[in-house]
Amino acid sequence: MAEVWTFCEETDGGPSTLGLELLSKARQLGSATVLYAGSGSPQAWQTLGEHGAARVFHFDPGDMLAAAPVAAATATLAAEHAPHLILFGQAYTDRDVAGRLAARMGLPVLSNAVDVTLDRSGAVGSRHEISGGSEIAEAVFSSPGPHLVIVRPKSFPAEPVAGPPPQVITLDLPEVGESNAVVTERHVRQRKGPDLEEAAVIISGGRGLGAAEHYSLVEGVAAPLDAATGATRAIVDAGWVPYAKQVGQTGKTVKPDVYIACGISGAMQHLVGMKDAKTIIAINKDPDAPIFTIADLGIVGDVHKVMPRLIEELSSG
Amino acid sequence: MRILVCVKQIPDPANPSRFDPVTHRLVRTEDQILDDTDRYGVEMGLRLAEASGGTVTLLSMGPVGRAQGIRQALAMGADQAVMVEDEALEGADALTTARILAAAARHTGFDLVICGTESTDGYSGVVPQMMAELLSVAAMTYATSVEVADDQVTIHRQTSAGYDVVVSGLPAVVSVTAGVVEPRYPTFRGIMQAKRKPTETLSADDLGISISIGQEVVAVSPAPEREAGVIAEDEGEGHLLIVEKLREVKVI
Ligand SMILES: Cc1cc2nc3c(=O)[nH]c(=O)nc-3n(C[C@H](O)[C@H](O)[C@H](O)COP(=O)(O)OP(=O)(O)OC[C@H]3O[C@@H](n4cnc5c(N)ncnc54)[C@H](O)[C@@H]3O)c2cc1C
Ligand SMILES: Nc1ncnc2c1ncn2[C@@H]1O[C@H](COP(=O)(O)O)[C@@H](O)[C@H]1O
Repeated sequence: MAEVWTFCEETDGGPSTLGLELLSKARQLGSATVLYAGSGSPQAWQTLGEHGAARVFHFDPGDMLAAAPVAAATATLAAEHAPHLILFGQAYTDRDVAGRLAARMGLPVLSNAVDVTLDRSGAVGSRHEISGGSEIAEAVFSSPGPHLVIVRPKSFPAEPVAGPPPQVITLDLPEVGESNAVVTERHVRQRKGPDLEEAAVIISGGRGLGAAEHYSLVEGVAAPLDAATGATRAIVDAGWVPYAKQVGQTGKTVKPDVYIACGISGAMQHLVGMKDAKTIIAINKDPDAPIFTIADLGIVGDVHKVMPRLIEELSSG
Repeated sequence: MRILVCVKQIPDPANPSRFDPVTHRLVRTEDQILDDTDRYGVEMGLRLAEASGGTVTLLSMGPVGRAQGIRQALAMGADQAVMVEDEALEGADALTTARILAAAARHTGFDLVICGTESTDGYSGVVPQMMAELLSVAAMTYATSVEVADDQVTIHRQTSAGYDVVVSGLPAVVSVTAGVVEPRYPTFRGIMQAKRKPTETLSADDLGISISIGQEVVAVSPAPEREAGVIAEDEGEGHLLIVEKLREVKVI
């Protein structure tokens, strides 16, 4: 049976949702091993087992920036066990580990995949959405494995299968000398309202809102719907809202039931993060805005007129 | 302090390139501009150099004989540029790019390498980390602030929930997010000076790198299209259409 490894960064004391998504895919492709970075716990191992992990290699980076030591340790393990495929998520630490591991082992890595295939001969292929999701590119590796693929979040559902507890092997991380970096402080911003990645309804704002204070319109629509609030990179970079709200290529990937885009042009880097919403509603004053090409309902109008009326209607109803 | 800033020239997004249906490579338009994302790295490099009395050298791998984008970055104030160009590098993947850039960085010498987090056209987002590994230094990624003092670099590393403060020694590779600093516009004087700044052009051979590309795009096809929606002009009732839609999908 093919050996498929997945990376999983500990998040809020347990496996990340992204890690469980990758694991759910891995167990369909072969025998799944998780590379787990974090302090670990019996609860975490149980969750990994329930999602189909046969084995866990556990490393605890502590205050070290994880990538360099985890990549070094993984390279040693991969040389010994020769997995066919190692899956990472399109997320910060995952990308860091994948990049360092690829360079260390002299292997290519395919980024931004939305699907991965592994055939009987061990050949690995991947699918990638390009041009904002309007085209699909298929790629293959022409080099020997292990094959490294970085997969976009929410490409696969995280599904438990009630598997037995995995074999857990805790390993010391190697010294990495000059490559070492230390995390001296961690700052977590308190979030108001539901989580973007889990919310059924998302209201997002872009530069069309005109100014930071008008983001209150987005919050005003969100409140009566118990929706999460999102943003484009343009207004994150402008400092209107924190990065945690960014949806798109370099932000979060969301798949809500309803996504309302307010004053958002629909650049391809934004679309790849939200185009899989079941229903997309857009408000934009430019009838030619690209967001309308994927909207189920498009209102050609001014956010400063439509949104206050919408807030009133929702709050009174 | 010797600061290297990796900048990529990309086809002008205003003239979109297409995938060649036969070779499955990007067919690039003739004009190459500085990737907007890399202006942040250039600005950060210039600020750090100004603070420490250091120099800023641009590092770029790109199409043969094109330097328009490099001149844009020189015009911002960078001191010099090292360009690697080679027909054989066409269609280079992230690892090949990183091997070339790391070899060029060794060739030039450095205390700090600055990259963007992902390029606009390639967006593999792994070149900086690969370079760090090849150079055996720390990868200080997704920085929203960068400070260098006493042979140490301290960054605020963006995380999905906030940020971490991360410290490493020098030399190091830093990748900066867009929005970290406001890139300056080239002055007229800068544009005039850019033409006379020293540039060095190297081939893969000069760097002793043999090229092998281990991945290949084999097909490109249109994605299934979404059904066209309803587009309506707001004449004072637009909000009611939204409420109706929300009812229809049972959100309210
Ligand atoms: C490598 C890379 C990664 C990126 N990653 C991301 C990402 O993760 N997420 C992301 O969002 N972007 C990302 N971007 C940026 C992206 O390319 C766009 O620049 C960005 O999404 C634009 O944001 P916007 O729609 O808010 O602004 P704009 O493109 O400026 O659009 C504003 C819109 O508002 C409309 N408008 C103006 N006034 C009004 C009004 N009064 N009422 C109604 N409508 C109005 C305008 O018609 C326009 O369509 C990335 C770019 C690169 C190069
Ligand atoms: N051809 C190149 N020349 C110079 N720098 C590059 C090149 N490709 C990538 N980079 C650097 O690596 C960063 C990430 O690029 P990528 O991995 O392509 O998303 C960019 O922002 C650049 O700083």
